Amino acid sequence: MSDIIRIEELNLYYEKHHALKNIGLTIQEKAVTAFIGPSGCGKSTLLRTLNRMNDMIPGTRIEGKVEIAGSDIYGDEVEVEDLRQQVGMVFQQPNPFPKSIYENVAYGPRLQGITSKSQLNEIVERSLRQSALWEEVKDYLKKSALSLSGGQQQRLCIARAIASQPDILLMDEATSALDPISTLKIEELTQDLKKDYTIVMVTHNMHQAARISDQTAFFLNGEVVESTDTTEMFSNPTDSRTEDYISGRFG
Amino acid sequence: MPNRKGFDESLGELRQLLTAMGDHVIEALEDAVKSLQTLDTAKAKAVVDNDYRLNEMEEKIMDIGSRLIVTQQPVAKDLRRIIVAFKISSDLERMGDLARDVAKVTLRMQGSNLIKPLVDIPRMSDIVMQMTRDSIQSYLDENTDLAHKVGNDDDQVDHMYSGMIRELHQHMMENAADGPQVMLLNLTGRYIERIADHATNIGESVVYLVTGRRPDLNN
Repeated sequence: MSDIIRIEELNLYYEKHHALKNIGLTIQEKAVTAFIGPSGCGKSTLLRTLNRMNDMIPGTRIEGKVEIAGSDIYGDEVEVEDLRQQVGMVFQQPNPFPKSIYENVAYGPRLQGITSKSQLNEIVERSLRQSALWEEVKDYLKKSALSLSGGQQQRLCIARAIASQPDILLMDEATSALDPISTLKIEELTQDLKKDYTIVMVTHNMHQAARISDQTAFFLNGEVVESTDTTEMFSNPTDSRTEDYISGRFG
Repeated sequence: MPNRKGFDESLGELRQLLTAMGDHVIEALEDAVKSLQTLDTAKAKAVVDNDYRLNEMEEKIMDIGSRLIVTQQPVAKDLRRIIVAFKISSDLERMGDLARDVAKVTLRMQGSNLIKPLVDIPRMSDIVMQMTRDSIQSYLDENTDLAHKVGNDDDQVDHMYSGMIRELHQHMMENAADGPQVMLLNLTGRYIERIADHATNIGESVVYLVTGRRPDLNN
């Protein structure tokens, strides 16, 4: 499997706080990579550097290189909107727009300039099918997205993210606000989605990382302590700090 | 993620049970061989009758380990600690059965005298008891050097067993009437040699516990 994301000597500062320290990491294409670690370890910060969400935080300074499919996403010629189309994101709290289910999914493609009704219909159906929501909402596409359950709303947010046909899907604790059944559905969904997309997820639930990711990176104090195959990480980690964390000795 | 305090306490319980099983096996083998040397059927019967305790302890280990897996979802070395406790308890249970089989040989002798004083069997048994002690100690201390030593000692036991078979075979050629007893002594050697193999398995489990890789100490 080839690498789609290559991070080299990445340092990130919030004002004087050195939040990411000399990160070197590669992420495989069409696989699920999980970032784990205690609160404040830098895992969400690193996730947000992958679609430049940190740009919006005043006082943020970034050094080093983040390449996606061979291009430096912090290069001068990069349009952040284009980057975010290429790198979609799903957050901890489902955040559908206060619009219909259909409009939520059609929003991105419309921004990309697609106006053909039939083309939009096709994208909406495909995205909802890929996010395993189609069967539940196909007769209610005009209903408000806010009428859906939390788990459905989160799958709608995934549909909305993949409607723009990104290469990469970032999930920032995307199931932590959901009940176990909804969580299971999203977990199963990631296994289908990884056939078409590269998924990078931050999770506080280590067993979720163990269940659904192919690669896991363990973060501590702004550094990557260990990054390896998930099975190896959870069966035989090489660094004692990783072992201590996953075994519940700290964090 | 395990609740550390409760988890560590339960792991301590597993260690105690495995130590107790090891002690039981050593005592059972010692008594079984003594019963054969002295043709003491009461001693042999006690070994046979006490074997159920090993089964009980093995079941307890299965219960504690299963409960830990279900409730604490351990990973990495914590998970290996439980997998290894299952494996070692199963080896110890089999070792107990084999010691019981030695005691049953005494019962089968039915008052007949030994064809000669036993020499090789007690010597083999001494080595195997030490191997059992070492294997349990290597588990308690997570000492892979000691685990490997158990594997090396097994070679010595295999060698002694081969020599014993040759000698018994020779004896039978010259004293056909001793055939039934030769066969029982041969079986006894075989039982003790099998106990050594299980002790070696325990050594392998210890190496797996510590390194996460499975070695083959049994060849």
